[in-house]
Amino acid sequence: MKPPLFAYRAPKTLDEAIKFLASDADAMVLAGGQSLVPAMNFRVASPSMLVDIQHVEGLKGIAVEGGTIVIKAMTRHRELELDPHVRRANPLIAEIMAHVAHVPIRNRGTVVGSLCHADPSAEMPLLFVLLDGTLTAAGPGGTRHIPAAEFFQSFLTTARQQDEIVVEARLPVLPERAGWAFDEVTRRHGDYALVGVGCVLELDDSGRARNVQLAACGISDRPVRLKAAEAALNGTSLATANLDAAALASADAVTQTDDMNTSMSYRRRVLGALIRRLVAIAAQRAGGGSRQ
Amino acid sequence: MRRTAIRPAIPERSDDPRVEVTLTVNGQAVRRTVSVRMLLSDFLRHELGLTGTHVGCEHGVCGCCTVHIDGKAGRSCLTFAVQANGCHIRTIEDVADDDGALHPIQQAFKECHALQCGFCTPGMVMNILSRFEEREPLDLSEDGIRDMLSGNLCRCTGYINIIAAVRRAAELLGRA
Amino acid sequence: MSTRTFGARVERNIDPKLLRGEGAFVDDIPLTDALHAAFLRSPIARARIRKIDVSAARNYPGVAAVYTCNDIGPLDMAMPLLIPHPSMKNPKTQRPLARGEVYYVGQTIAMVVAVDRYTAEDAAALIEVEYEHLSVEMDLKEALRDGAPLVHADVPNNLAAHFIQISGDPDGAFARAEHFTRIEVQVDRSTAAPMECRAVAARWDAVSGELTVWDGTQAPISVRGGLASIFQLDEDKVRVIAPDVGGGFGQKVLLFYPDELLVPMAAMQLSRPVKYIEDRRENFIGSSQERTQIHAIELAALKTGEVLGLRDSFLHDTGAFIPYGIAVAQVASTSIAGPYRIPNIWVEFKAVYTPTVQVTPYRGCGRPQACFAIERAMDQLAEELNIDRVEIRRRNFISEKEFPYPREGLLFADGLKVTLDSGQYGRALDMAVEALGGAKFRAQQETARAEGKYLGLGLACYVEGTGLGPYEGGHIRVHPITGKVYVNTGLSTQGQGHDTVFAQIVADQVGVAPADVIVVEGDTKAFDWGVATFASRGAVVSGNAIHKAAVTVRQKILEAAANMLEADIDTIELHDSAAWIKGSNRFVPLAAIATASNPLRYAFNEAAQAATQFAPASKHDGPALGEGQSPGIEATEYYSPPASTWAYGVHAAIVEVDPQLCTVKIQKYVCIHDCGNMINPMIVEGQVCGGIAQGIGGALYEKLEYQPDGNLANASLMDFLVPYATEIPPVSILHLETPSPLNPLGVKGVGEAGCIAVGAVVASGVEDALKPLGPIKFRHVPLTPRMLSEALEAIGH
Repeated sequence: MKPPLFAYRAPKTLDEAIKFLASDADAMVLAGGQSLVPAMNFRVASPSMLVDIQHVEGLKGIAVEGGTIVIKAMTRHRELELDPHVRRANPLIAEIMAHVAHVPIRNRGTVVGSLCHADPSAEMPLLFVLLDGTLTAAGPGGTRHIPAAEFFQSFLTTARQQDEIVVEARLPVLPERAGWAFDEVTRRHGDYALVGVGCVLELDDSGRARNVQLAACGISDRPVRLKAAEAALNGTSLATANLDAAALASADAVTQTDDMNTSMSYRRRVLGALIRRLVAIAAQRAGGGSRQ
Repeated sequence: MRRTAIRPAIPERSDDPRVEVTLTVNGQAVRRTVSVRMLLSDFLRHELGLTGTHVGCEHGVCGCCTVHIDGKAGRSCLTFAVQANGCHIRTIEDVADDDGALHPIQQAFKECHALQCGFCTPGMVMNILSRFEEREPLDLSEDGIRDMLSGNLCRCTGYINIIAAVRRAAELLGRA
Repeated sequence: MSTRTFGARVERNIDPKLLRGEGAFVDDIPLTDALHAAFLRSPIARARIRKIDVSAARNYPGVAAVYTCNDIGPLDMAMPLLIPHPSMKNPKTQRPLARGEVYYVGQTIAMVVAVDRYTAEDAAALIEVEYEHLSVEMDLKEALRDGAPLVHADVPNNLAAHFIQISGDPDGAFARAEHFTRIEVQVDRSTAAPMECRAVAARWDAVSGELTVWDGTQAPISVRGGLASIFQLDEDKVRVIAPDVGGGFGQKVLLFYPDELLVPMAAMQLSRPVKYIEDRRENFIGSSQERTQIHAIELAALKTGEVLGLRDSFLHDTGAFIPYGIAVAQVASTSIAGPYRIPNIWVEFKAVYTPTVQVTPYRGCGRPQACFAIERAMDQLAEELNIDRVEIRRRNFISEKEFPYPREGLLFADGLKVTLDSGQYGRALDMAVEALGGAKFRAQQETARAEGKYLGLGLACYVEGTGLGPYEGGHIRVHPITGKVYVNTGLSTQGQGHDTVFAQIVADQVGVAPADVIVVEGDTKAFDWGVATFASRGAVVSGNAIHKAAVTVRQKILEAAANMLEADIDTIELHDSAAWIKGSNRFVPLAAIATASNPLRYAFNEAAQAATQFAPASKHDGPALGEGQSPGIEATEYYSPPASTWAYGVHAAIVEVDPQLCTVKIQKYVCIHDCGNMINPMIVEGQVCGGIAQGIGGALYEKLEYQPDGNLANASLMDFLVPYATEIPPVSILHLETPSPLNPLGVKGVGEAGCIAVGAVVASGVEDALKPLGPIKFRHVPLTPRMLSEALEAIGH
């Protein structure tokens, strides 16, 4: 399983990198390579050119500033996962990242790379859709900011054009009083999720839910915000009946058809169960007591 | 069998474009010219003759090829040699002492019978070593060690002895 | 003083080397100038090949040669049928390169040899093939129907073999019975997935006329014999070396895989060494698989639970070819009654061709499937008769005083009558129950249910015929200078620790430390009488052969030492690498004894000089070597077992089922096993534990997903789910040692033990956990979340 031939470029500046991409319609960005290189070794991906962005200036680092966490293109999963500022600013991130493959993959793979790969069962796209993150793409025509909701279009398909490079991704800091939860069902530890659900919410002074954010991966051709479920929970006391209603309301969001691992009906079952459990956990954490 | 056949003319190497790769491997500076698409795993094994790093799947799942890239465990089968330009690579060959004395992690494996065929072992050791070298606190609970080892497949041992070896290694290294 | 090492947990001699990354697996062996092979493999399950055009591949820069079936001369033949059997109608084996038709996705069509593997793969992709698609039938039952698409045109109904074995009088037993239980069970296809894929390298030395082949095989001697015959070379001109091998599990005992013939051929033709290093995708679509069986099993019992008779009819999927004969189905047949008396047995199998990778033994070799059938049937019988499932087993166990217990009419894989020779089945069952808390578990289960958790207890028993013949040999030589002891046998190792286990056997006899015993095997130049490593036979057959040779060597040492020390032989003891006169400090080192036993004219070093101060060299009148005497301290002995010796065990586990997420977590797994005397309990546990992990794989995770069109959907480790450490629970292994009465060491095999009972344990545990929700049965493994979900939905959960 050896990769096919490609031309290799290692630009030092963003402009150079964009020019290389624009010069060849089959050129691809190489960042961590943890998704791309296996595909090349299987020869299901045969880019004619790899533009290795690891030496491009200005693409490293994580910053927490003004309520936003800024993640540059070459930030490895593990760097984000272990960053103490990020842990304080948004504890959901480290919790979700513990489910991303395995540590050696997280040491090399990049957050932005996972977003651009856009596997509908992956955790990073789910995270960005859940929290309404944004991505910044730079191309020959300039720079643009793309909200996560618009970025993920379909199976392995994003709004990024072939000659654009996503240079950074942004997530919000989690409000002090917000509760959060994430879990997924996988076959083995570290596998892609059969179904994964993330939840963030706040409770008002009378203990009613507000600003409920719920999203799922593995149920469609891209991560999905469960708007109907959110509507069924906002303003309620999150009683069993409310959780049941949310679970029921989310069933239609499952559009992924049967495959060798699971059926639609199984995904709906798991989705409902995870929503119930995770909303309860998020509610427990809400109020600020669970933050480090 | 008669010896009359003329040895066929066979080319020395492929027509692949070649690149110069300069990196540090086990503390030594290395500079080679290789095919642009050569995987780091093949570079280490066949260009440098460091065959301790093994190839089990070439899609990043089994962990047999795990080495340290700039101090962190990574899959050499998912890295091109040319990507490793300027990097520090550490392989299993660098773990024991110069006189062959086993590192405590290796010693623990031997004591706990944590290897059978030995094919997954270098990758296991490099993964565990990398975690021990991280500044993060080690979770040495049953689940914590399993989590540490997930990502390295072993088909021989059933993992129980490897889990014991990690615990034993932590003892030997004063990390328990 | 020396301590007895047989039975001790001795650390392995080989470990430091492997831990330092200094192993020598086939691809590690430096072969200057080597060329590399890659294969074009069929992307279609069944097709006629209309045309092959290799011209673009041949002209690709860096390519040395491209071969199709037309370019390989006499190798273009159906490869050997290893184990003939009359039950096979018209047995089919594949050709090294397909001729005319392809029969499964992955079948080799052409071989490219090039300067490196990357180039070889490029060229293989340039080979153009025109296929005419043929229809396929992937379902085992459908494949047998009239009119089903045929894998082989001249094998009607895809029936590869049909065999019935009868023990006792099953018709009579069924006539007398008071209760009948009948179920159908299924085990799905899996693969060994060793961490090192297969590998072959060959070097032809035209000057000496010698062919050297490095092969990650479990059967180097058998491979050598085959190669010598096929290439028409003298056997002593063919050397096969199985160096370090990264796991075998049965997959690597088959010969021949196409590459094992084609790579040596290419090396001979191209006058360059040639290497073929199978990649993981190829291992999935080219190397043997196993497990698919569907059993319809019926028990005829009395209301007391005593099982009078058993009828089992099963379908066995043999893939597209049957090179290993009916071994897997035969082993399943002969294991079907497990550890139970059941004196009347009717067992039938139909081996069915499907257009898939061929099926040859994978660890367990049919025993897991048979165990799954009988254990699920016993559980069902217990439920129907309202008898506790532990109790019903106890009532049916062969008791200790009934051994040896023959099953007339059932012939094991060695062609000999099945006879269970020894064991303490009841005791093992008691130990298993107690290890999981006995009666306390029920209380635990109740408490958990009150909290909304579903815990279940799974339990299963198994027997394992081990140590089959025909024979193995052991050769021992004490090195004349160093006194180290060299041991050879005809096996190869894939991680079983032969280097240490066999060293322990010899160390005790000869009085040296196991670290001073050097075991060299897997090389036909070192020893070339023998069969292979498989079927849990290494310790029994080679172990006993080596033991016999060690006893002979010991006697020679004692005689020589008595002579040199001028003492009575009964006063000599061996320890610390020397011979001592008991109760004195007079001794002679083993090295000196060995040197002295080789009458020398020239003392070329100190050791040789020192040897001459003792009796033999100077005190003789006449020939230095007496009539019938050989120089050196050396012996070769053989052991041929009278029959297989039957190991057994009981496995049990506590599982937790989450009925909402449909996940199963094994909380704790216990294994009581008995493989007779254990040479090294640490290594035994390692083997058992590894087997249990593979068993868990088969119970919950591992299924090769063949699609209706014959394509294999999960030909990667990403999608074929080999368990990680996170999927394996804490495992507790308890030993019983009932020595085998069949061999001097009293050992039984254990290599396959761990994987046999796991499927039944997990299925019965999940059933037990979900009982409060309804009468759900699980008779199909691997038990996936989807299957759980569907079963729960069917009862309204």
